[in-house]
Amino acid sequence: MIGGLFIYNHKGEVLISRVYRDDIGRNAVDAFRVNVIHARQQVRSPVTNIARTSFFHVKRSNIWLAAVTKQNVNAAMVFEFLYKMCDVMTAYFGKISEENIKNNFVLIYELLDEILDFGYPQNSETGALKTFITQQGIKGQPQTKEEQSQITSQVTGQIGWRREGIKYRRNELFLDVLESVNLLMSPQGQVLSAHVSGRVMMKSYLSGMPECKFGMNDKIVIDKQGKGGTTDDPGKSGKQSIAIDDCTFHQCVRLSKFDSERSISFIPPDGEYELMRYRTTKDIILPFRVIPLVREVGRTKLEVKVVIKSNFKPSLLAQKIEVRIPTPLNTSGVQVICMKGKAKYKASENAIVWKIKRMAGMKESQISAEIELLPTNDKKKWARPPISMNFEVPFAPSGLKVRYLKVFESKLNYSDHDVIKWVRYIGRSGIYETRC
Amino acid sequence: LKVINCCVWDPSGEIFELKAELNSDKKEKKKEAVKKVIASMTVGKDVSALFPDVVNCMQTDNLELKKLVYLYLMNYAKSQPDMAIMAVNTFVKDCEDPNPLIRALAVRTMGCIRVDKITEYLCEPLRKCLKDEDPYVRKTAAVCVAKLHDINAQLVEDQGFLDTLKDLISDSNPMVVANAVAALSEIAESHPNSNLLDLNPQTINKLLTALNECTEWGQIFILDCLANYMPCDDRESQSICERVTPRLSHANSAVVLSAVKVLMKFMEMLPKDLDYYGTLLKKLAPPLVTLLSAEAELQYVALRNINLIVQKRPEILKHEMKVFFVKYNDPIYVKLEKLDIMIRLASQANIAQVLAELKEYATEVDVDFVRKAVRAIGRCAIKVEQSAERCVSTLLDLIQTKVNYVVQEAIVVIKDIFRKYPNKYESVIATLCENLDSLDEPEARAAMIWIVGEYAERIDNADELLESFLEGFHDESAQVQLQLLTAIVKLFLKKPTETQELVQQVLSLATQDSDNPDLRDRGYIYWRLLSTDPVAAKEVVLAEKPLISEETDLIEPTLLEELICHIGTLASVYHKPPSAFVEGSRGVQHKRLPARMGAGLGVAPAAMPASLGGAPAVGGGLGDLFDLGGGVGMPTGSYVAPKTVWLLAIKAKGLEISGTFARRGGIIQMDLSLTNKAMSVMTDFAVQFNRNSFGLAPAGPMQVLTPLSPNQTIDVSLPLSMSGPVMKMEPLNNLQVAVKNNIDVFYFSCQYPLSLLFVEDGRFYRQVFLATWKDIPNDSEAQFQIKDIHLNSDVASNKLQGSNIFTIAKRTVEGQDMLYQSIKLTNGIWVLAEMRIQTGNPNYTKTNGFRDCMQKQMYDSTSVVRFSSK
Repeated sequence: MIGGLFIYNHKGEVLISRVYRDDIGRNAVDAFRVNVIHARQQVRSPVTNIARTSFFHVKRSNIWLAAVTKQNVNAAMVFEFLYKMCDVMTAYFGKISEENIKNNFVLIYELLDEILDFGYPQNSETGALKTFITQQGIKGQPQTKEEQSQITSQVTGQIGWRREGIKYRRNELFLDVLESVNLLMSPQGQVLSAHVSGRVMMKSYLSGMPECKFGMNDKIVIDKQGKGGTTDDPGKSGKQSIAIDDCTFHQCVRLSKFDSERSISFIPPDGEYELMRYRTTKDIILPFRVIPLVREVGRTKLEVKVVIKSNFKPSLLAQKIEVRIPTPLNTSGVQVICMKGKAKYKASENAIVWKIKRMAGMKESQISAEIELLPTNDKKKWARPPISMNFEVPFAPSGLKVRYLKVFESKLNYSDHDVIKWVRYIGRSGIYETRC
Repeated sequence: LKVINCCVWDPSGEIFELKAELNSDKKEKKKEAVKKVIASMTVGKDVSALFPDVVNCMQTDNLELKKLVYLYLMNYAKSQPDMAIMAVNTFVKDCEDPNPLIRALAVRTMGCIRVDKITEYLCEPLRKCLKDEDPYVRKTAAVCVAKLHDINAQLVEDQGFLDTLKDLISDSNPMVVANAVAALSEIAESHPNSNLLDLNPQTINKLLTALNECTEWGQIFILDCLANYMPCDDRESQSICERVTPRLSHANSAVVLSAVKVLMKFMEMLPKDLDYYGTLLKKLAPPLVTLLSAEAELQYVALRNINLIVQKRPEILKHEMKVFFVKYNDPIYVKLEKLDIMIRLASQANIAQVLAELKEYATEVDVDFVRKAVRAIGRCAIKVEQSAERCVSTLLDLIQTKVNYVVQEAIVVIKDIFRKYPNKYESVIATLCENLDSLDEPEARAAMIWIVGEYAERIDNADELLESFLEGFHDESAQVQLQLLTAIVKLFLKKPTETQELVQQVLSLATQDSDNPDLRDRGYIYWRLLSTDPVAAKEVVLAEKPLISEETDLIEPTLLEELICHIGTLASVYHKPPSAFVEGSRGVQHKRLPARMGAGLGVAPAAMPASLGGAPAVGGGLGDLFDLGGGVGMPTGSYVAPKTVWLLAIKAKGLEISGTFARRGGIIQMDLSLTNKAMSVMTDFAVQFNRNSFGLAPAGPMQVLTPLSPNQTIDVSLPLSMSGPVMKMEPLNNLQVAVKNNIDVFYFSCQYPLSLLFVEDGRFYRQVFLATWKDIPNDSEAQFQIKDIHLNSDVASNKLQGSNIFTIAKRTVEGQDMLYQSIKLTNGIWVLAEMRIQTGNPNYTKTNGFRDCMQKQMYDSTSVVRFSSK
């Protein structure tokens, strides 16, 4: 299990050090600093073995978090824990920065004492932790016996993510389908790989212990219903179902029920959380197509022409479009002409950045550039990194549609109809690259 | 906080100030002072002098202050045991507090204070807390038992805490169950044979129920524990799999990987024709692919594991090649791992795509990555014959780029392609020769020289090319020197008239001016061959070469099986068994996959071989001779145990030695790996043995030619002779070794397998066997059972013959095969054995008799060690 946990600043000074196991000595703190933080080479692995001690590290801005062990621990668990630790800290005091960590070091020690015991991760749900680890000193401490036992049963209970007795005057639900569409395309326009990784984010403000059921146009579910002869609107549901390659759920979702009936039912945490992640690879709507043309004119000049085409309903608008065209390291000057938006050569980033605020569907736009090169003796050819793109579109490129989200709370007197529900779809570019 | 920013640390002054503040009457001031103390402690300053003052703050209602004081106590109690006792009262009192949070805090902290006197006081409160009405206290107490066990294992057993812990597995609260499972698993690891976890279908059912209800971390503890269970038949195995598969959709990657581990392990028991087996295989792919969309560090862990899974069951991911394509922004460690998996998945169906990708990668920036990509192209050529031509032309394109390391890497792989497809692509040699001058790495130079020598008859100026290398012969690395010697001899055999002078020159360079014994030996052999029988020389030097294998870097099957049992853990990340990086007794126990059963045949598998009662440290016991883990297709020959660590770096100023023994072609060798874990270079190695039972002694000095620089490992093979002084050791096969280097002399002892001493001429005369067998007195006889081996008598006999155990006769009595065998030891002792194999029942009974020729006494003790080891 985890033997110790250290947090360092970018210089390698230790900000937090908590040792859980006797086999980890103080010298481990220095070993990591010397061998990893101060190492001259770029980090070659997130797991480092120094003198039979294993160090797992993650970096958040310029803060290093390192977990140390001398045993054969579950490595995936250690990383999951480190991420969770970051989430918990962020939930308590915002951004993970040197200043915030120094200002909250007492709190961090208190958290570390609670969420890791003898190196075993314990309940790390912020919702539960916040009920008894507060920064308000004595005033914040639970006073009555009922309060105390309520806390302990929540921390250890089956529904560790939600406390009892939550009340809202207005029961409201916000549901965001956030997708990032990833593409790798060959210069000839052949799709080398494409996938959508999506997340269903929820904000729920519901009273009591509501039971929720979430439905979407999952092909397996739709087909099953189709077979049963219950399709009342074949034109609508038949074609628009999507094949989900795989999905994972927040721990509130009953996995065995999903496995047997493919229904998504759960008691939601209060506030914001990620209900589900999924991945699709079939029938993806690629919102943009990039057509590059790079021509080397002699040894000191490059001509680049890039066309982008938007490929969705003309009534929809894409936003925050940015095309990044890499330039060689020995670029001396660039002239750009673009039809739409603004384009600029950024020498520090070795790229031409072309920005367009808005673009409707089924349109196209073009940029051409002349790149002057300095003559070099460098034998090595320019690697021609791919042209990458960023954008945001108001639909889900996977084709996912939310069919329903039902809320049942039998003990309180509100029904599904009383809950105000909001649904929003946002498609963003993930790694959206076209080789040139 | 201000203290952290202090540049000058004035110990006496600041401590004095803190002391005053700690003893202040104002609560707020006190708390601030304790905070300052903790801050100093964090940055590594010694504030232990404040111990009594801080402990005085412990009696407080303020939970935050209390926690800070506890934190201080955990850090310094060990260095101030006498004063730590002051804290006991407060702990005991807190364990009775009405607030469950305080009770839990007290029991949690007490367990972290490693002072003997305190642990005594811990027992009573812990007993109460284990039965506390509040689940939060119980779950904390469960972990505390593991803490206490780490400090004083005997105490935990004496106090009966283990039984209480076992009871907690049936607790109504899922988190208590999960923590109890974690604690028990940890304790069980340090008692491999204790059967502490006593998993049976009932407890398994409880665990599976808790699995659905507990936190993500608890699910991991439970799944990792489940993976150690051996289901009694394929039906049970299937029903567990069915209940574990829903975990594959969990958002936590560790839960997913642990579930994959359980499934991969239990799948072994399912008959392959079962529908469910196919369903399960299909279910495994999507979650593995999903792991690749996690954060980079987790992707790395996942990829290292997928690398194992792909080797074990390639069918799972064979259609998922695309997801392993490298993204431009992937961290380098992800890129390298993806590349590895791409090569493993490459097949005729996807080779075009793979090659196109690899070509892209070869133009990237990171040198290691580019090299690996080029090498991968070569490996594709060797793996998929249809693609070879395309691969070669891609490699030629890459050579045209003239990027130094790309060219060198390409030449190394082209050499392998030549070996795999002789007489097919030699037309490219001319292009290769153009790049001779740019080669500065030994491996590339050696490869090029090999090519020139091998195809000397097609290269007009082969002699000139090789001669140019000869100029700086002494500056070349050994690899290049050896290759050059061979290449010139090949050239001479092919074109004797023009190259006489050249061959003379290289032979004299190799034999007279070199310090490298390998080179000298090879030089003399060639010289003698050429001078006595040129025809024979031709036959030897220009002999047809064996084909090279398609797959490289495959993990050895036994290790792979073990690593599959460790999916998700560090072992799977390092691709090393836990014993290679975990100190002490933990992790020494080797895990194995369960054996597949005949459909419906519900034979309960016997205990794992490791628990057969013998000391596993004695390598090369009977089980090992049968090579249990190896499965089919293992090469014959004497069994060689994997290397184990003999000398720990911490005990030898940074020198770590691991090793094993082998018998190769009648010569006993001690294979050593020397690793320098210190900061400075090590030189002047030498080795000596103490007197031992069979007179083992080094046959020559240890050959460590180059100095061992920090973090470097070298492998040395030390031939042993039997001519050393004899002294009976306890145990008999114990060997005490002294190793010297420029720093110091270090001592360690190791045990060699007795099979090392079985000589090649150990075949007994058939006629004499029976008579001798009858003559053996009863007290020289011993019987053993070897369980769980699925071999028929012929295979067993072949395997044993590899270790010089000879089958003299065989007969079949009532469906049982009886094998009669003989063994001769180096000191002339004979051992006769009768082996009974019950077909259908994988248990062997071996009866041994001994015939003493020289040293009766020694002989008897030999047999005892030899056969009681398993």
